[in-house]
Amino acid sequence: MSIILDHVSHIYGEDTEMAVKALDDVNLVIPDGQFIGLIGHTGSGKSTLVQHLNGLMKPTSGSIYFNGEDINSEGFQKKELRSKVGLVFQYPEHQLFEADVFTDVCFGPKNLGLPKLEMQMRAYDALKLVGLEEEYYYQSPFDLSGGQKRRVAIAGVLAMKPEVLILDEPTAGLDPKGRDEILDQVAKLKQETGITVVLVSHSMDDVAKYVDRIIVMNKGKVAFDDVPREVFKHYEELEKIGLSAPQVTYVMQDLRNHGIMVSDDVTTIEEAKEEILKYLHRT
Amino acid sequence: MLRDITLGQYYQTESVIHRLDPRVKLVTTIVFIISLFVFKGIAGYAIAALFLLLAIKLSHVPFKFMVKGMKAVVFLLMITVVFNLFLTPGEPLFTIWKLTITEEGLKLAIKMAIRLCFLIIGSSIMTLTTTPNQLTDGLESLLRPLNKIKVPVHEIAMMMSIALRFIPILLEETDKIMKAQIARGADFENGNVIKRAKNMVPLLVPLFISAFRRANDLAMAMEARCYRGGDNRTKMKPLKYEKRDRLTYAFVLAYLVVGIFAGNLAKSIGLG
Repeated sequence: MSIILDHVSHIYGEDTEMAVKALDDVNLVIPDGQFIGLIGHTGSGKSTLVQHLNGLMKPTSGSIYFNGEDINSEGFQKKELRSKVGLVFQYPEHQLFEADVFTDVCFGPKNLGLPKLEMQMRAYDALKLVGLEEEYYYQSPFDLSGGQKRRVAIAGVLAMKPEVLILDEPTAGLDPKGRDEILDQVAKLKQETGITVVLVSHSMDDVAKYVDRIIVMNKGKVAFDDVPREVFKHYEELEKIGLSAPQVTYVMQDLRNHGIMVSDDVTTIEEAKEEILKYLHRT
Repeated sequence: MLRDITLGQYYQTESVIHRLDPRVKLVTTIVFIISLFVFKGIAGYAIAALFLLLAIKLSHVPFKFMVKGMKAVVFLLMITVVFNLFLTPGEPLFTIWKLTITEEGLKLAIKMAIRLCFLIIGSSIMTLTTTPNQLTDGLESLLRPLNKIKVPVHEIAMMMSIALRFIPILLEETDKIMKAQIARGADFENGNVIKRAKNMVPLLVPLFISAFRRANDLAMAMEARCYRGGDNRTKMKPLKYEKRDRLTYAFVLAYLVVGIFAGNLAKSIGLG
């Protein structure tokens, strides 16, 4: 059970003067159960890439395999694929449309043709998973706060019980508190359900704490693909492509430059704290 | 999927026609459209065709783009041709089942088809070479005399430019919402008419909400910059006629005169 991208390229406006190569020979394997951060600067092709994963876009060349089947071959059931690979777009609250939260979350399972009871069970489970309080279930989604709306929208995709959940910039436009809440909730959800999660972001600080693999995109190509601590070692190259390592990486680097020999092999503030304490005990 | 609509889309390039004053282009387009209905006979059509060819050549816009705009009106064109072909009384050429094609009908159908094609290509040259902002500026300036009879020309022009400005934004928004709902298993392509209309709800509700939100934001931004309508308002780029604009006016006038004259002349010696 995995997604495999084999030499995938995508060109916008092919055969015109304005042709743009959005994806350039991308090769990836996304195995089951991983928590992946997909990082890239604006226009690096990350949004284009995730839209290929559930068949919304077709590659100009190359193939994509879901559980061993080519998703763009004839007769492949795209609708089923879209229920297995759940994609939450940027600003997902902009797609809410029903009169109350619960009915809106039911939209996905309803489209799958599930019986009513199953549909409602799934909607209920999904809303539980995103941590929305029950008092909001029968309110209009338009009366909720930004963060709450976003939870409802994520629940709308979760209710289809995907095996892979892709979140495109789930924290865009949220305040720091809302951002942490959403990310913590996603991490918790990942732990509880064990599904594969792909978190698209342009901020390393957002993902460093949670993911166990980082894919860095630059100009349509995969620039780095490794565990976070390995990727952050390339912080100078990351800066060149308009990204940065988490702030804590820079702190540790500065300490080392000042002759305080702490390890630079840390990715989170917790680890940095331990490392600095260890250093202080040594001296 | 929805971005293929080119009618009324600006094509960025460098050409004499791009640099012309939008008022000149507007007047020229109107004159050209009138000329299509005034010019008579083969000579008239030939002159109109020459004029159009010249404009296409000078605009540096690939012909492909103009034809793309035509696709939207192919249906209208077909209806016109078919009606003219079968419903014009006159000398019968041949009959298929109950439908008779007459000589006059055939001529009229060809004429109408040419006229419509020219009309669409002609006006798409204008929209392809003029940004929506220039276009409304030109229109505002041309219609200014109507201010005297209390027509709010500036306000109308402003509304037009805002509406034009919003078209690509709303198209993009539609595309986004559509994709988001497809990702949730929505189906916009299958089913009968009623089912399909019902399936549009998840698309239309968010689209309307976003349109209102954007309109609200825009109104707020305009008020924050003290926008208060047209009285004594100055422009950052005031329209000014250059030498090339005057030359174009002269050329267009000459075209109109020659066309009418040539058409009538050809007709009088029995060529039309």
